[in-house]
Amino acid sequence: MKFAILVFPGSGCDVDMYHAINEVLGAEAEYVWHDEAELAGFDAVMVPGGASYGNYLRPGALAKGSPALEQLKAFAASGKPVLGVGNGFQILTEANVLPGAFLLNKGLKFRSGKVKLTVQNTESIFTESYEKDQQILIPFAHQYGNYYVDEETLEELKENNRIAFTYTNGSVDGSTGHIAGVLNEQGNVLGIMPLPERAVEEIIGGTDGLPLFKSILKRWSENNVSHA
Amino acid sequence: MSAMHEPNEQQIKEEKLYRQMGMTDEEFGRVEDILGRLPNYTETGLFSALWSEHCSYKSSKPILRNFPTEGERVLQGPGEGAGIVDIGDNQAAVFKMESHNSPSAIEPFIGAATGAGGVLRDVFSMGARPVALVNSLRFGDLTDARDRFLFEEAVAGIASYGNGIGIPTIAGEVQFDNCYSKRPLVNAMAVGLLNHEDIQKGVAAGVGNTVIYAGATTGRDGIHGATMSSAEVTVEEEAELPVMQGGDPFLEKLVMDACLELAKSDALIGMQDMGAAGLSSASAEMASSAGYGIEMNMNLVPQRESGMTAYEMMLSESQERMLIVVKKGREQEVIDLFAKYGVEAVAIGKVTDDKMLRLVHHGEVVAEVPADALAEDAPVYHKKSEEPSYFKEFQSMEMTEPVVADLKGTLVDLLKRPTIASKEWAYSQFDSHARRNTVVAPGSSAGVIRVDGTNKGLAMTSDCNSRYVYLDPETGGKIAVAEAARNLVCSGAEPIAVTDCLNFGSPDKPEVFWQFERSAAGISDACRTLNAPVISGNVSLSNEVNGVPVYPTPTIGMVGLVHDLSHVTTTSFKNAGDLIYVIGEATQDFGGSELQQMLEGDISGQAPAIDLDVEATRQQALLAAIQNDLVESATDLSEGGFAVALCEKAFDAEGLGADVTIAGSAVTALFSETQSRFLVTVKEENAKAFEAAVQDAVKIGNVTETNRVVIRGEQDTVLIDETVEELRSAWKGAIECLLNSEA
Repeated sequence: MKFAILVFPGSGCDVDMYHAINEVLGAEAEYVWHDEAELAGFDAVMVPGGASYGNYLRPGALAKGSPALEQLKAFAASGKPVLGVGNGFQILTEANVLPGAFLLNKGLKFRSGKVKLTVQNTESIFTESYEKDQQILIPFAHQYGNYYVDEETLEELKENNRIAFTYTNGSVDGSTGHIAGVLNEQGNVLGIMPLPERAVEEIIGGTDGLPLFKSILKRWSENNVSHA
Repeated sequence: MSAMHEPNEQQIKEEKLYRQMGMTDEEFGRVEDILGRLPNYTETGLFSALWSEHCSYKSSKPILRNFPTEGERVLQGPGEGAGIVDIGDNQAAVFKMESHNSPSAIEPFIGAATGAGGVLRDVFSMGARPVALVNSLRFGDLTDARDRFLFEEAVAGIASYGNGIGIPTIAGEVQFDNCYSKRPLVNAMAVGLLNHEDIQKGVAAGVGNTVIYAGATTGRDGIHGATMSSAEVTVEEEAELPVMQGGDPFLEKLVMDACLELAKSDALIGMQDMGAAGLSSASAEMASSAGYGIEMNMNLVPQRESGMTAYEMMLSESQERMLIVVKKGREQEVIDLFAKYGVEAVAIGKVTDDKMLRLVHHGEVVAEVPADALAEDAPVYHKKSEEPSYFKEFQSMEMTEPVVADLKGTLVDLLKRPTIASKEWAYSQFDSHARRNTVVAPGSSAGVIRVDGTNKGLAMTSDCNSRYVYLDPETGGKIAVAEAARNLVCSGAEPIAVTDCLNFGSPDKPEVFWQFERSAAGISDACRTLNAPVISGNVSLSNEVNGVPVYPTPTIGMVGLVHDLSHVTTTSFKNAGDLIYVIGEATQDFGGSELQQMLEGDISGQAPAIDLDVEATRQQALLAAIQNDLVESATDLSEGGFAVALCEKAFDAEGLGADVTIAGSAVTALFSETQSRFLVTVKEENAKAFEAAVQDAVKIGNVTETNRVVIRGEQDTVLIDETVEELRSAWKGAIECLLNSEA
């Protein structure tokens, strides 16, 4: 299985993602520079965290103008998995691939640490290796981590089981419905604000993020076996 | 000011205009002698900047010479952008600490941010990829609104830069004392890694090779920053200070990635950050250290503003700029490399064989001075040193045990002291896990980072208790080094080298210079005994507000090698039932202690004594025990003494507490700040082996699952018995509580 890691100027957490997929998961990942993007040959696209374009204007706002975004939208429409973490999630909301928007943290400051999440949906491509209501500990680091959707969208997300992860003890940063991770309508695009790629090794941040990547790989393997 | 309106040579001399640039009459005379003529305005600016204390170390050089700078691991000692030490397997650690005190006193957000940016450039200009940041901060005690503002903004500034560029901040320290009120110290340290063959230096060699300017454009920001940082700031003068240079971590990341790619290319001859004194120091130092000259066409320098003079371009301290020398004929390839990252790079000059720094502007030579004269021939001053009268007085004071009626209340009050309290408010704003190698994040004795692709680690810390240094500079200097080494040892690392940031008041005050001299002697002694040479550093003098110097603060940044990541040890208790040992006995050491400051509102007397041989023996024994897997947790005893350290071991250990019995007078046993002491926990089955390995260890009790801290004294008395929850809440919320106060 081939993962593309879509790199924008300033995407600092591309290395975290690369390491998680190549060295820990044991799959194949390649960096794809945003203005040379050719995504067609890949099986999944990862939009990593960091500070694309220095987070100028608004986190994710400038990246959405990159030529890579049209390709990314087409890739998502094809049904293959797209994962946006941290700043990658912000880019996906800015580009309207995922609903909602990000506001400044309720406490106004950048916050970093580890946070407990509850897995809400265990049927998606990204979450089927977790147990329902499983609590996992995942590192986070963000200043615009306050996820906002309106009432109507929130109801729709709930009804369609599109909330993948919530903050177990409520969202300190103010996210609507304590949402930490959300799926698109088709269920093949996940945005998650905490950083599961930093929790794939016991000695670094624990291993609670690994099942997310294993889920993607598992679904791909099953599909490719059945197609064979 | 356009060049046409610059004062001429005669005016500069007769009206003594050089004085406004921080140059003395004697120094100006010396420039005249070197040139054999009067310098013009631009040349005067070059000399004043390169001969500032910040660039030339003219007052501190005679003292810095005494530091031990050699050792079997040292690949590059002081003098380059950063020092380099071998860590085995053909890899090396590259690090440096720098001050950004003056800018942070004026514009704390920008000042602290650009401090981090500058020290990162020092590291990647050596060809090393920065892997971690450490910061060492000193502020007033947060009772004053200005100090709260300075602290909040400086922390946010560091966060914005480190988080923006994506390099984790994994360790640091904050000390609060009113001697730093309105004059904070903001010291930033960066640590990088490289393979031996990738080491780069700031040299401009090879006649005809091309000088390339890369990075941000040059503006009128930060002109004469180097001179300013060597001057005392009075609050009233702030309005007259030059425009501060802003920082852009996004651009820095692009410049860094491009420079690291360039470092692998054989087109590169040398590169250097345009730091203090900007293009002046980068060009003069690169030419001088290679024994060549440089000629630059100032019209080609990328400019942010119109009508800039050569003087302004040379002295600007705009951030995120690098000066690079590449082989002749390879310019386009290098320019294209930078373009890939969206960074502007322009050929602006060439290397010459006449050892001159020559600047051409609008077709005319506007400055022509020997590069060596700028970089090497600054005067060296042997400043007057005089023992201050307070020293004898403090030394002759008899040390007595403070009277403490309520032991538990005093412990809780100590835990709330901002210097002791949890720094989570600050470090939670730093992305400490970026680049997925952080093994130990802030909050333990030292930060630990994995060396990518290996099972080794680098531990890092910064330390200096300036109260001890004030009371007794030599002893305080020794303690600063010893404490840093202790923190590394407690984390399972072998201390290997030191960087320093020597923050003092004005060197023209003989008492201040005496503090500088004596503390440096103490640092040298301790570095020799603990086998940790000084490989890089920075001096920041004239840290004063309205004529009053801050406490002498020679901050020690130290890096240790974790030979195997299984050795990594943290502060917190691990398992109920483990045995608790204390290493070293408490004596009445309250001079400069947190308890003394808290009870008396000031410090006096003798600093705690330190015997470096005892220190070295204990550190070696403890490290060996940790490496032999005999130790579950370890921490040193520092501010607040035994009781505070014991509590800290329980704070992050969910559900665990302690039950210990201590000997001797209660106040001394609980709160004295006697040196060379540790608290460790050991599994019962390892007790015999541990006791044999660490001879000075005394068993005092157990880790419990009662979630209480119980400290018993002699004859079955209970000195302290409190829930961990209660103690933790005092410790954890204190800084936020102070910041939110309205007073």
